[in-house]
Amino acid sequence: MLPSRFEYHRASSLEDALSTLDQYGDDAKVLAGGQSLIPLMKLRFASPGVLVDINDVPGLDGIEERDGVLAIGGLVRHRTLVTDDVIAARYPTIAAAAPQIADPLVRNRGTIGGSLTHADPAGDLGSVMLAMGASVVLRSSGGERVVPVDEFLVDAFTTAIEPTEILTEVRVPTPSPRSGGTYLKLERKVGDFATVAVAVALSLENGSVGRAGIALTGVGLKNIDATDATAALAGAEPTDDAFAEAGRLAAAAANPVADVRGSEEYKRHVVDVFTRRGLAAAFAGANTG
Amino acid sequence: MEISITVNGEARTADVEPRMLLTHVIREDFGLTGTHLGCDTTSCGACTVLVDGEPVKSCTMFGVQADGSDVTTVEGLAGADGLDPIQAAFQEEHGLQCGFCTPGMMLVGAALLERNPDPSDDEIRWAISGNICRCTGYMNIVKAIQAAAKAKAEAPAAATA
Repeated sequence: MLPSRFEYHRASSLEDALSTLDQYGDDAKVLAGGQSLIPLMKLRFASPGVLVDINDVPGLDGIEERDGVLAIGGLVRHRTLVTDDVIAARYPTIAAAAPQIADPLVRNRGTIGGSLTHADPAGDLGSVMLAMGASVVLRSSGGERVVPVDEFLVDAFTTAIEPTEILTEVRVPTPSPRSGGTYLKLERKVGDFATVAVAVALSLENGSVGRAGIALTGVGLKNIDATDATAALAGAEPTDDAFAEAGRLAAAAANPVADVRGSEEYKRHVVDVFTRRGLAAAFAGANTG
Repeated sequence: MEISITVNGEARTADVEPRMLLTHVIREDFGLTGTHLGCDTTSCGACTVLVDGEPVKSCTMFGVQADGSDVTTVEGLAGADGLDPIQAAFQEEHGLQCGFCTPGMMLVGAALLERNPDPSDDEIRWAISGNICRCTGYMNIVKAIQAAAKAKAEAPAAATA
C-alpha cells in the first residue's frame, strides 16, 4: 500500500524543522519513528502534503535527570526506555511499560514524542505519563510551552499540539525515594493493542499514601486519568481495603466499549483487578525502594 | 529523490518517490526479493531488514529515510565461504516450512546474536516476538537460533568471516 504523494523534507536542525512547519502549516506532518504515522498514511487516514523528518535533528534523543524531573527527549525510542539505567532504577512505571509497547522491531523505531502525539487511546505511554504526572514541552519558532499531559491529551487521536509545534521533551517528576509503580497490560498477543492496561505510581509519606497516580489504557476515547481513585488514596493508609476501593473507583472511571477483545463488563472488571494488583505491587516496591 | 544506501556492503543509489517504502526500494530498485512484503501493516515482520544493525520493519519506513544508512537484507547474510551460521542452523534444525517469514526470522536472530551471543530460550522468543510464523509453531526457529549461537561460539573465526 502506498500513501498519497508528499514532499519529503529531512530537517537538519530544530530551527529548520520549525521553519518548515511554519511554511506549510496544516499541510505538514512531523515524521519521527513513523510507526503510527506511516500506517495511517498507507491506509489514507492521513495524507499530509509535506513530511518533515526530524530523525536527524540533534539534541532530541537524550534522557537526563535535572531540576526534579526526568527529561526525556521527544525522539527517544521505545527501545531506549527499555534499556536505560536511570529509568530502570527510579521510574518503575516507565520501566514496566516500555517492554510491553508494540514489539521489538517497532520499539527500535517508535519514539516517545510520536507515541504521545499520536494519542491512540490504546497507547501505553499516555497512561504512564498521566499516572506519573508528567508534562510535555512543545516548541515552535515563537518559543516553547510546557503542557501537563492531562491537558495535552484532548480526545481520541487529538492533542493540544499546534501544527507548527514539535514535542521536544517529556518531563517526568522524579518520584520520592519511597515510591513504586508498575504497568499491567492485557493483550491477546505481543504487539496487539491493549485489551486493557493500567498504569500505577505510588509514593509513601510517613507510612501513608503520599501521591498516587492511576491511569487507564484502552477503555475510553483517550487514556483516562482515574482521579477519583487517586484522590481517595491520597493520605490514606495503604491497606488492601484502600486498594480495593481505588480499584472500584478506577473501574467506574473506565468507559470501555465491547469489541473483539472483550465485553464492556469484562474490561471494566480487568481495570478493577489490575488497579488493585498494580497498587499492591507499587506498595511492595515502595517498601523495598 | 536520489538516495544512496549501502546494501549488504555495496554502495547503491536509486531515484525514488518519497512515498516508496524501503521494502519497495529493496525489492524493485535493488532487485533483492528475499525481503518479503507480508501484511503491509507493521504486524508480521516478513519485511524485516537491518538498518544500521537494528532490525526494523521495512514496510514502515520510507526508502528516502534510509538515505545514508547501512542496510542488511537476507541476501547479505551468506559470505564468500558459504552460509551464515544462522542460515545453516535454520536448514539443519528445520527452522522453516514455507519460508515466507524466514528472512525476517534469520535477520532478527542474527542481530540478537550480535548483541547477546548466548541467549536463553526466553530471550530468543522475546527477540522474535515481532515476527509471525504460521507454519512451524516457532519451536524449530528457537532451536535454530540456539544452534547458531552454539556454532558461532565453537567457530568464532567463521562467524566473523
